[in-house]
Amino acid sequence: MARGFDRRYRYKRGSRQWAVGHFWTTVTWILAFLLFFPVLWMVLTAFKTEGKAYTDPPTVAFHPTLTEFSQVFSAGIGPPFEHSLFVTLASLILVLALGIPAAYALSIRAVPRWRDVLFFFLTTKMLPYVAAIVPIYIVALHLGLLDNDWALVILYTGFNLPIAVWMIRSFLLEIPREMLEAARIDGAGVWTELTRVILPIVLPGVAATALICVIFTWNEFFFAYFLTATRGPTVPVFLVGFLQSEGEYWAVLAAAATIACLPVILAGWIAQKQLVRGLSLGALK
Amino acid sequence: MSNVLDPAQQLPADRGSSAARRQRFRGSASLGGRRAWVRRLPLLPALTYMIVVTQAPFVVTLWYSLRGWNTLTPGSDRFVGFTEYRQVFADPNFRSAVVNTVELTASAVIIAMMLGTALAILINRKFLGRGIVRTMFITPFLVMPIATALLFKTTIYDPIFGLLDYVLSPFGVHQVNWIGTYAMPSVVLVLVWEWTPFMMLIVLAGLQSESLEAIEAAHVDGANAFQTFVSITFPHLRRYIELGLLLGSIYIVQAFGEIFILTGGGGGNGTATTNLPYYIYEQAFQSFNVSEAAAAGVIVVIGTEIVAAVTLRVLSGLFTASEAMA
Repeated sequence: MARGFDRRYRYKRGSRQWAVGHFWTTVTWILAFLLFFPVLWMVLTAFKTEGKAYTDPPTVAFHPTLTEFSQVFSAGIGPPFEHSLFVTLASLILVLALGIPAAYALSIRAVPRWRDVLFFFLTTKMLPYVAAIVPIYIVALHLGLLDNDWALVILYTGFNLPIAVWMIRSFLLEIPREMLEAARIDGAGVWTELTRVILPIVLPGVAATALICVIFTWNEFFFAYFLTATRGPTVPVFLVGFLQSEGEYWAVLAAAATIACLPVILAGWIAQKQLVRGLSLGALK
Repeated sequence: MSNVLDPAQQLPADRGSSAARRQRFRGSASLGGRRAWVRRLPLLPALTYMIVVTQAPFVVTLWYSLRGWNTLTPGSDRFVGFTEYRQVFADPNFRSAVVNTVELTASAVIIAMMLGTALAILINRKFLGRGIVRTMFITPFLVMPIATALLFKTTIYDPIFGLLDYVLSPFGVHQVNWIGTYAMPSVVLVLVWEWTPFMMLIVLAGLQSESLEAIEAAHVDGANAFQTFVSITFPHLRRYIELGLLLGSIYIVQAFGEIFILTGGGGGNGTATTNLPYYIYEQAFQSFNVSEAAAAGVIVVIGTEIVAAVTLRVLSGLFTASEAMA
C-alpha cells in the first residue's frame, strides 16, 4: 500500500504534478497553522504581561515573562489540581475494575443476549445527562456529597464505563481464537487464561482506553461546576473563576488555561494513534 | 488493514461455521442455570452500576416532575400531577430551546464534518511533516472545552483587542460585538473548532481502509480523480461519515459550557443560544423551578430516547453491513 502511494506522489522535480503536490502540501500546512493558532495564541498570551495582552494590533514580539504563571500559582491552583487528579485517577481505577470483566463477559466468554447488553451500554451514552442534574444535585445535597470528590468519581465512572466496555471489548476480540483454544487444550483455567494469555495482549489497549477516560474526566465541566463550585473546585471550575467582568485579566487567564490543558494535550499527543478508536467506541482502528 | 467497523467482524455471531466451533469451546448458546450465572458474573457489577447510576436519577426526576416545587415558594413541594408538563409545553422559551438545540447541533456537526473530510483528504497523502500536521490538527479536540470557550470569548471575539477584529479590519470591519450580534454563529464556530479534528480522524480511518486495487482499476479504466472519488471513495466513506455524524451529535447535543461562558444563553433577542441543557439549568438554578426543570428533563429524555432508537437502528445497520462484508 505504501508503495502505491509513493508511486502516486513522487513526481519529477519541476513537472506539473510535482507543482500540484507542493501546492496541496502548502495548503495543508497553512490550514494546520490556522487551526492550531488559537492554541499557540493561548500559550503566547500566557507569557505576556497584561499590558501586552491588550494591544491593537496584537503583540507578537515581546519579552516573555513568568509573572502570570506565578500569579496562577499564588491564586491557588494547587488544591484544584489535586481534586482533579484524585477524581480522574479514582474513577479510572473504578472504570477499569468494572469494565475489563464486563468486556470479557461480552466477548471471549459471551453471556447470552450479549448484543442487548452492549447496546444498553451505548444508549446510556445518549441520555441527556443535564436532565439528571436536578435529582443528582438534590441527592448530593441530602447525602452531604456537595464539594465531595466522591460524587464526581461516581458520576464520571458512569460516563466512561460504556466507552471502556466497548473499547476494551474491541481489543479482546482481536486476540486470535486459536491462542485461547490452545491455552484451553493445555488445561489452562479461566484465571491462567486471563493473566497469562489475555492481559499481556490487551495491556496496550487498556492503556489507550485509560487515556481516553482521562481526557473526558479531566475536561468535564458541567457536573463539576454544580457539585463542587463552593469549596472543592476541580481545574475547569477553578479556571472559570479567572473570567472577570472588568479590568485586565487575559494573560493570567491564558496562563491558567495553559496549565489546565497541558496534561490532557500531552496525553492526547502520546495516544494519538489510539484516539480514533476510543472516540468511535472501538468501532474504528 | 481491513479496519471496517470491526466489533461485528469477529463477534461470536449466531451463524456460520464458527458456530460449531463455539459449540465445542464455549458451550451452547442457551446455557443451563448455574453455568449461565457463572458466565454472567463478571458482567454483573458493571451492569448493576450503570443501571443504578443512569436509571435511579431518572426515577427521582419523574417524582419531582409531578410535584410543584419552587424553592422560592414555601409549601409548593406537593403533588400537582401533570401541571408542570403543561407549563413546560406552554413556555415559548422551551420551544425555542428545542429549535436552538437542533439548529446548533446540526450546523456544528455538519460544518465540522465537511471541514474534517477536507482535512482528512489533505492529510491522506505523503508529504513533509505529515506527523506534525496531524498532531496540530487534533490538538483543538484536546484543549479543555471550557478553556476554549474562555479564550474565544476574550482573545478572539473581543470587539477591540480580539484577533477576529484585527484580521477583519482590512475589510472595513471594526469593533463588532461578535457574541452579542452573532450569538449563534459565535457558539457554532467554537464547537466547529473543537469537533473538526474528531471528524477528521473518523474520515481518515475510512480513507486509509480503502482498497487501492479498486482505485487503480478505476485509474486504468480511464477515470479521473474526481470520478474516482465520487464513484468509489465516497460510497466507501459513507458509513464512516454516518458514524461521525452520529457520535458528534451525541456529544454536541449536550453542549453546555460553551454557551454558559460565551453567551450565557442570551445574545440577540436574549435567548438566541439557549439550548435544552441550558434551559434546564436556567429553570433549576436561576428560576428555582425545580419541578418544572424536572418535567423538562423528563420530556428531553423521552425525546432523546425516540431519536436514539432511530439512530441505534441506523447504527446496528452499520455494524451488520460490516459483518456482511467481513
